[in-house]
Formats: sequence, C-alpha cells, structure tokens
Amino acid sequence: MVEVKLGNPRDAAGVSREADSPRSSLIAHFGAGQPLRLDAGIELEPFQIAYKTYGTLNAERSNAVLICHALTGDHHVASVHPVTGKSGWWETMVGPGKPIDTERYFVICPNVVGACMGTTGPASFNPKTGKPWGLDFPVITVRDMVRAQAMLLDHLGIATLFSVAGGSMGGMQVLQWAASYPERVFSALPIACSTRHSAQNIAFHEVGRQAVMADPEWRQGRYLLEGANPRRGLAVARMGAHITYLSDAALHRKFGRKFQDRENPTFSFDADFEVESYLRHQGISFVERFDANSYLYLTRAMDYFDLAADCGGVLASAFKDAKTRFCVVSFTSDWLFPTSDSRAIVHALNAAGARVSFAEIVTDKGHDAFLLDEPELFAIVRGFLDGAGKARGLKVGG
Amino acid sequence: MSMLSRAKHDLTMADAARNPGGSRVDLLAVAQMVEHGARVLDVGCGDGELLRLLGDTRGVDGRGIELSREGVNECVAKGLAVIQGDADTDLADYPDDAFDYVILSQTLQATRRPRVVLEHMLRISRHAVVSFPNFGHWRIRLQVALGGHMPKTDNLPYSWWDSPNIHFCTIKDFRQLLAAVGAKMEKGVALNAWGSPLRLHAPWWFWNLFGEQAVFLLSRKE
Repeated sequence: MVEVKLGNPRDAAGVSREADSPRSSLIAHFGAGQPLRLDAGIELEPFQIAYKTYGTLNAERSNAVLICHALTGDHHVASVHPVTGKSGWWETMVGPGKPIDTERYFVICPNVVGACMGTTGPASFNPKTGKPWGLDFPVITVRDMVRAQAMLLDHLGIATLFSVAGGSMGGMQVLQWAASYPERVFSALPIACSTRHSAQNIAFHEVGRQAVMADPEWRQGRYLLEGANPRRGLAVARMGAHITYLSDAALHRKFGRKFQDRENPTFSFDADFEVESYLRHQGISFVERFDANSYLYLTRAMDYFDLAADCGGVLASAFKDAKTRFCVVSFTSDWLFPTSDSRAIVHALNAAGARVSFAEIVTDKGHDAFLLDEPELFAIVRGFLDGAGKARGLKVGG
Repeated sequence: MSMLSRAKHDLTMADAARNPGGSRVDLLAVAQMVEHGARVLDVGCGDGELLRLLGDTRGVDGRGIELSREGVNECVAKGLAVIQGDADTDLADYPDDAFDYVILSQTLQATRRPRVVLEHMLRISRHAVVSFPNFGHWRIRLQVALGGHMPKTDNLPYSWWDSPNIHFCTIKDFRQLLAAVGAKMEKGVALNAWGSPLRLHAPWWFWNLFGEQAVFLLSRKE
C-alpha cells in the first residue's frame, strides 16, 4: 500500500466549491433554452463555463487566440492558480512578450466541460436534484468540450479565432476545432497529441480509473454527498499517469537511483528513492486541486476521441478543404503521443491540401515537454504565429 | 530537344546583385521559372532560403519538405509551412495535381531513387523545377580522368565516403531520365562556375562541358 499522508477529507468540498464558484475567473452562464447538446444524446442545461482572458480584443475582433488545456489543466493558463497559489501552467508560453504574446493577441482559456475548476462537471451542483452531479453527470467527449467553447465564443461575440493552441488533450481539442468549425479557425497549433487515443493510452487511463474506483472512499462516486474523498485512489492514478508524461531518460537524469534524505536503504517500504518521494508528492498535491470523478470523465473523453471514426474512417476527410494553417509539433521522447501520431495528422492534412508545418523537437523530457522550458518550441510557436499574423493582416501590437 | 525554349529571362549577375537578401544565383534561376502566386512545394528546402525568396519575389503559396530536423525547425520558426520528411518516401502521400510547381533544388543527386522522385513530382504538380550539379563539367571530368580520384569542388565539397550525394548525373544523363519518365523540358539554364548563365544558343555538348549547375523547368508530356 502506498503511504499517502492524508489531509483534511473535507478538501473534496474545497474542490467542489471551486467547481461552482471559481475564484479569479470569468463565468459565462447558459440557462434554459441554451443547452449543450452532447454526443451522448443528452442536452445539458443549465451549465456554465469558467474562463480567463488575457490581452485586449482588437476592433476588428481578429486577434483572439483560444488556448485549450490538457487533462488535468484548467483555465489559469498565465495567472496564479486560486487553489495551489502556483503560477499559470503555460506562463512560459503565454504572456506579454511571450510566444503567444498577450500584448498582441487576445487570449481566451476556458475550463473544459466535465472539469472541476468552474465549468460544469461532475463536482458541480446540479440544480435539478439539489446535489452534486457525481456519476449522474453525462459522459462527455472532446467534441462536446469544443461545442461548449464555440458557445462561449458566440457569447463573447467572437466569430473567428486567429489561432487555437493546446497540447495533449488540448491538442485534441485543437484538431476537433479545425474539423468541426474550419471556417472559424484561421490557424491551429496541435502539440504533442493525436487524432485518436491509442490502445496503450486507453489502457493507462483504465488503470487510473480503477485506482480511483478501488478506493473505498470513492463511495460509488457519491463521495461528495457522503463527506468522503478518494484521495489515495486519485493519488495513485496521478502517480501512474505522471510516469507516462516523462521518459526513462528524464527520470534517470533527474533521480537516477538516488536515495531520499538517507545514506542507506531502510529495508522497509518507505520512500527510500528520490523518484518514489517525487511521485508521492505529485500524487498528494494533485488531489488537493482535482476532483476524482472529473478525472474519470475527462480520461473517458480522451479515450473516446477518434477523429477519423467521425468521418467514415478517412482522417483526411476531417480536414477536407481546410483553409486553416496548421503547425503540428511533437517531441522525440514522448511515448504517450509519439511522433508517428503527429505524422499521421500531417499526412492527413497534406492529403486534404491543407497548409501545414510540422516540427519534431529533440528532448528527453517526454510528453510533458510541451509545458516546460523548450526554447525551440517557443521559437516555432512564435514564428508560426508571426507568419499567420502577417497573412491575417494583424498589426504588430494588436 | 528542338522543343526546348530556354529561359525567357536570362539570368545576369545584376539579378543577383539586385536581390536584397543576396540569394544564391542558382536559387534565383529556380525562382525565375515559377509563376507569380503559384502553389509550390520545395522538396529538400534546407533552411528555407528558396521558399523565402519565392514568397518575397513571386508571392507564392509555398510549402516545404526537409529531411534534417534542424532545417525544418528553422523554417517553421521563420513562419514557413515546412514539414520533416523524405523526398524518397513522402511524396507518395500527396494527391495528384496538388501543386503548380514542385521544386527539387540541389537535392536530386541525394535521393535514393531519382526516377521515382521525378515521377511523383510530375504526378502531384503540373510543373517540376529541378536544379542539380552537372557531373559533366570539365573540371570534374579532369579530376576523374587525370587526377584519378572522385571530384571535389566548392559546390561538392564532400569526400566520397561521407557524401550525401549518391546519384550524380550529367546534363546529358538527366535528359535521358526525362525521356525515360516522359517529361517535357520547358526551359533550361546552365550556370558556369561563376554563376553566370551560359550563352543562350550554345549546343548541348557545350552546356554539358561548361555548365557547373543546371536548372530545368519540366512538365508532363500530354
């Protein structure tokens, strides 16, 4: 059994509060008559989208950039996270003078449907029952997330996006945007992603979900009602997933076989190794800010993602007559979304006659490289957006 | 090859001098064969110099394929639409008539199957532009014939054991390939060692002997 120091089980309620009344966020409410039509055949209403914006929308409304977050990300892309107090998850990429320059672009980042940081999800209060949604929440897809984001843009009066950018599950949303609303997307930056979740990735997700559900505190998904929190299960899920975000080389470089604060092994199941201690820390800090049921729903959405299947099995049909300019990026050591996945995207885009750039970046940092300090990635994103901005007629400085 | 009409606007050193970026004269020769506003694929685009030149001077909608990762990433960072790929394998992925021009600039001799590459170029595009170092140039002939060793020149600085160039040909050889794949030569220019074009009405043997580089505009035979 993994030793996880348990904090206050009421932390689940803290996540729950953020799910309904997110701090330092903007909220768009969609009431009766504005349902989100889900792929599951259910109309979700009412619902809300929490989001952040950075920069200024220009008079032509032509400089909007949508950032799509990854599985456990949220809309706090370039500002302090209200729960952890840490800086935004993509502050290296988004901000004044950064590659996605908020002095030039109007950046919008919404929390996805099914998440737990302010957009309606399983941790949200269901006004029809007076209780948290829990497992009554309908199963959602990446296409549902994008459909909700399109409603948000309508709400904001933004017809077309200058660019849509994101990595991992965010990259899936980028591809879905280009497929669902090609006329609304001038340029697209899908990073470290795929047009379909592989069997191996579904398998990893299933292990994570089983870890959550094996925790007795999960209470068949009713933990919020019963004042419980499946912290151990969610922490184990995160620890397992976190390994897949790194690489053998990166783990070896960072930790090797080094002991944690000790000279010798303790001949126990303590966290003797630094890498164990690191993973436990990752697990513990994750459960402070994430809802276990959200983790089930969002991993499921990624599993279901298969863009080609939605288009009769021919991926190129998903991008037929696409005017969108694409820049696909992968990382050499990413074994979750390997370069071959990105190549499949590029082949389909070429077959569809789309304008596509593709760069593979050499790094040992694995899948997480898209979130880290990768100067080559920054140069590519900056150059791609500059080129697209010229084609779009964007003035320097917005 | 009486069908041949040589490049309408012969290159002069003044052309090179006029170019603010100081582009290589062989690239200028290639660029002059491309119509304004065309859809262009540059196979083996290197650091993107030709694509940039075509964008600046010809207003083309340009794409590139480049084998080296460094080249690709440099191009993408410049805002060019370039993907990492291999001329020998990846041209098959493009649909018929996807482009107006496909360019193979100083890359033919580095491909494993030049004939297949050229066939694909003429499948996915109405026109192909091919530039290559002429192995029939007198200096090269001299190095092999009298020096008794594989030639090395400023344009071809590699030793035989580490050269990426595996399929050298002469202008004469190249014309044989065109006949084999059924390609029509629309325009041609040969550049001497100083980058100046050779006399317009020179006979083929003269081009083959004194042209250090050759640039040809090709099309499918209908």
